[in-house]
Amino acid sequence: MYNKHVLAIFQNPQNAGGMKGANGVGKVGGTSCSDVMKIYLLVEDGIIKEAHFKTFGSCAAIASTDVACELIKGKTLTEAENLTGADILQELGELPQNKIYTTILAEQAVKSAIEDYYKRLEKMQKDAE
Amino acid sequence: MGILVLKLSIKGDTIVKKVYLDFAATTFVSSEVLNEMLPCFNTIYGNTSSLHSFGRDASAIVDRARDRVASAINAKNSNEIYFTSGGCEANTMAIKGIAHSYAGKGKHIITSKIEHQSVLEACEALKAEGYEITYLPVDENGIVSVPSLLRELRKDTILVSIMAVNNEVGTIQNLKTIAKIAHEKGVLFHTDAVQALGAIKLDVQDMEIDALSISAHKIYGPKGCGALYLKNGIKIEPLISGGNQERGKRGGTLNTPAIAGFGKATEIAVRDMFVNQQKLKAIRHYFLDKVKENIDYIKINGDPHQKINGTVSISFEMVEGESLLMLLDLEGVAVSTSSACTSNVLKPSHVLKAMGIEDEIAQGTIRFSFGKSTSKEDIDYAVEKLTEAVKKLRSISPITKAGRR
Repeated sequence: MYNKHVLAIFQNPQNAGGMKGANGVGKVGGTSCSDVMKIYLLVEDGIIKEAHFKTFGSCAAIASTDVACELIKGKTLTEAENLTGADILQELGELPQNKIYTTILAEQAVKSAIEDYYKRLEKMQKDAE
Repeated sequence: MGILVLKLSIKGDTIVKKVYLDFAATTFVSSEVLNEMLPCFNTIYGNTSSLHSFGRDASAIVDRARDRVASAINAKNSNEIYFTSGGCEANTMAIKGIAHSYAGKGKHIITSKIEHQSVLEACEALKAEGYEITYLPVDENGIVSVPSLLRELRKDTILVSIMAVNNEVGTIQNLKTIAKIAHEKGVLFHTDAVQALGAIKLDVQDMEIDALSISAHKIYGPKGCGALYLKNGIKIEPLISGGNQERGKRGGTLNTPAIAGFGKATEIAVRDMFVNQQKLKAIRHYFLDKVKENIDYIKINGDPHQKINGTVSISFEMVEGESLLMLLDLEGVAVSTSSACTSNVLKPSHVLKAMGIEDEIAQGTIRFSFGKSTSKEDIDYAVEKLTEAVKKLRSISPITKAGRR
């Protein structure tokens, strides 16, 4: 089952909860029968200042999203875009075989939040013009 | 007679209370049962198949256990009890064994959508052999539809297998009616009564049951032991051959200590049924009142009346079951989820699905099951931790009260 590290992250996630003033929000899952992950980003000058998550899912899903947030905090958007499920898995140490997909899902959630940030930026620039 | 259950554990430098609320998964072995078993390990250790006195002494132990099991379910004859390795084997033996023996009459079997995996998988294996299987639907409370049974019975139907009590939601089925209908069409009736023994009265003669599966470890007996009741005159092909044990129906040296314990456990289960059930009923009400008082957006699954007292299934909206189980476990509270998670989806239980419960709600379902040692203090602690855990998970859930599907 889960190792102590994963359980500790799950029990006490550092980045759980929504975020007021987030300027990039991404959501994955949500079709019937799957986990739902939502990532909130606060981006300033191309750097991710804050990253939060909300997750409906297993212990692994919660731990994966928390670690994803931890890994992208303080990083540039380009660096964050390169975050992979494998990076998350490495940080967690190990996961049961049937739970590894949650790391990929977390990666997709991060990408979706970054995409949302760019969309908002584009809209803001258009509005300004 | 004391009940020895560890209720504390050490985590780091703190002592955590331990509360076991998973009695439907398994029970501890009661001291009365354990005392019955102990001499069979090193004093009365003969092989029941041996002709000498050591063998005869072991046989006497098994005979007494067989009588006790037979009497607990009111079997006409003790030789209608076949000891097995547990409920799974008894179910498999009944379904495959009967199907193979009656293939000449027909190859159609009727069961339900909410059976235990061992029944479903035995049926699937038969399907691959060319048998036809009909899975009866259940209503929203998990009760098997009797009208659909009437519709589905055919000339080539050889067996109806419907569980007595569902393991996930605790719903009690209309066994007597189902057996009667099957018999009117000349069809045999098997029931998986693993969760029913000790919870409801089982009388194979009155209920017209042809075959019935039971297990020791659900009733404070040892693991790895169970029995199939098979009415005399019914043919069955053995699953395990290679010995003359159990009248040639089940090969293998008899597990004397476990069988001795099983015999005692069934005797106690029936002897104490009324008292146990009264206690469990009080615990159930106490638990449900407290949960309802502290947690909103919940759904209690199963039939409000036709149910056993020891099992409660609750869906907590906006929360996923496994994470709730793990949070409770970290606080020393042991429960069970209904959903089994497969590769890349959270797969809700087949039982809840058959009851028409939406996937997202089914995913947040926890089974709490109470037993002999469950106290009000246990419930107080468990509900306190449950309330905290649900609150915590809801605070980080992206599914909002307004956005619930």
